[in-house]
Amino acid sequence: MSMPFYVSPEQSMKDKADYARKGIARGRSAVVLQYDGGILFVADNISRTLHKISELYDRIAFAAVGRYNEFENLRQMGVRLADVRGYAYDRSDVSGRVLANIYAQTLGTVFSESNKPWEVEIVVAEVGDDAASDQIYRITFDGSVVDEQGYLAMGGSAEQVTTALKERFDKDASLGAAVNAAVHALRHENGEERDLDSSGLEVAVLERGRREHRKFRRVTGDRLTSLMEEGAASGGADPAQDSAAEEPGGGSQDRTNGS
Amino acid sequence: MSEAFDGGGQLPAAFMNPGTSSFAELLGVVAPDLLPTARELPQGATTTHMTPEATTIVALTFPDGVVLAGDRRATTGNVIANRDVDKLYRTDEFSAVAIAGAAGVGIEMAKLFQVELEHYEKMEGRSLSLEGKANRLATMIRGNLPMALQGFVVLPLLVGYDTDRGLGRIFSYDAVGGRSEEHDYHTIGSGAVYARGSLKKLFGDDLAEEDAVRVALQALYDAADDDSATGGPDLHRKIYPLVDVITEDGHRRMAEEDVARLATAVVEERAQRPDGPRAPLR
Repeated sequence: MSMPFYVSPEQSMKDKADYARKGIARGRSAVVLQYDGGILFVADNISRTLHKISELYDRIAFAAVGRYNEFENLRQMGVRLADVRGYAYDRSDVSGRVLANIYAQTLGTVFSESNKPWEVEIVVAEVGDDAASDQIYRITFDGSVVDEQGYLAMGGSAEQVTTALKERFDKDASLGAAVNAAVHALRHENGEERDLDSSGLEVAVLERGRREHRKFRRVTGDRLTSLMEEGAASGGADPAQDSAAEEPGGGSQDRTNGS
Repeated sequence: MSEAFDGGGQLPAAFMNPGTSSFAELLGVVAPDLLPTARELPQGATTTHMTPEATTIVALTFPDGVVLAGDRRATTGNVIANRDVDKLYRTDEFSAVAIAGAAGVGIEMAKLFQVELEHYEKMEGRSLSLEGKANRLATMIRGNLPMALQGFVVLPLLVGYDTDRGLGRIFSYDAVGGRSEEHDYHTIGSGAVYARGSLKKLFGDDLAEEDAVRVALQALYDAADDDSATGGPDLHRKIYPLVDVITEDGHRRMAEEDVARLATAVVEERAQRPDGPRAPLR
């Protein structure tokens, strides 16, 4: 087979975009949504140590889907940038918008200048003093940024997950109800009805009211299990939810961030 | 300062290189001018009183953890530069640093150490061991040696709760970064000798948290009594010593009203008995 002499920019961009989309669609999804106490992140992730959700700075967190080595690189870059800025100026001068912009720059440059685009989609979210000042940015593989309101899903079959999430989303929901809405949405991946229990989920929150300056906290083990039960008991009208066996997370302890 | 981290344009490669989890190392590459220890000082410069100094810091362990307390005075020569300085820095969930010596450099170093620990934790997904934190601080002090030789000596005191061993620990440093672990209690600063005598008499290994704080306040009172560069509780201006407590539950700055209550009690007792509580003779 001979190489074509000329590939139009349109075709080249389209090919790269298709390639990146396919790569991202192979992985499981993650959702980000507001609840009455801040912003919740839930990812379909069985690993306890390779995270899809991480802290970037005091009020800012990161969630990603796609190729691990690529988004891990982006995560480390974000932590470095945030810490250098916060140290040079002041902690309050580090914002989600700045991080989203630098991610957009980086991904945009990789997309247009290299042969292989990065197969990642990321979210940078910053919890504000009230729900109206929360910021959620979605940055895609080509460097475009969208300022999202309320909730979003990314990865695998984002559309189906988004549709399912939309049914249950309520920005004034309690944490338990929000976790259940997120799990309900993630169960709809690829149109299948999957069983998801707390051991296959990575859950974290940016808590608006937490007293220390660091708002990010992982929710794991028994605390996650009890939140899921509480959410199912209060608002769970969905039979699929009630039937899902909820087992403690492999005996792991409730671990808060920073310990 | 470079434009590297202003949020526009491309970042330097150091931001993308996998490898280091040290914030100080990263800063050395992307913005070396921000490192407190990277300054060239002119030869033969005199440095007396360029930066406020003097302090008394006391730390003591108790069965549940460790108490760190500091007075509030900063001086330049025989002048009081500031009456309400905060010399204690929460460095992470389970550790705190207090500084004595050149205040300007010391504060910068405490701030850098704070970011260093947090940066490591975020990059690696787990925090350093207390031993690791103590060693990291030693390296940073060692980096300050050229400045120390010109008079800007920084002497920190690191306290922390060792989550592996389940106890509070205290580490002191010399000007070249020599690290030693102190047992039971330690004091640093210009009033340290007086505070140490006081601690020696009042310390016990079975103190409840509030009693441990009381011992720290008595020691600070004794230091302020004899050292002009240490400030005592200022009841008129409502400026009291600062007290940090670190236990299994993490770091906590003791509420001002609690310190005020204990400090006022100490001052009232001293009105009756100016030299403070007596240790039994045998």
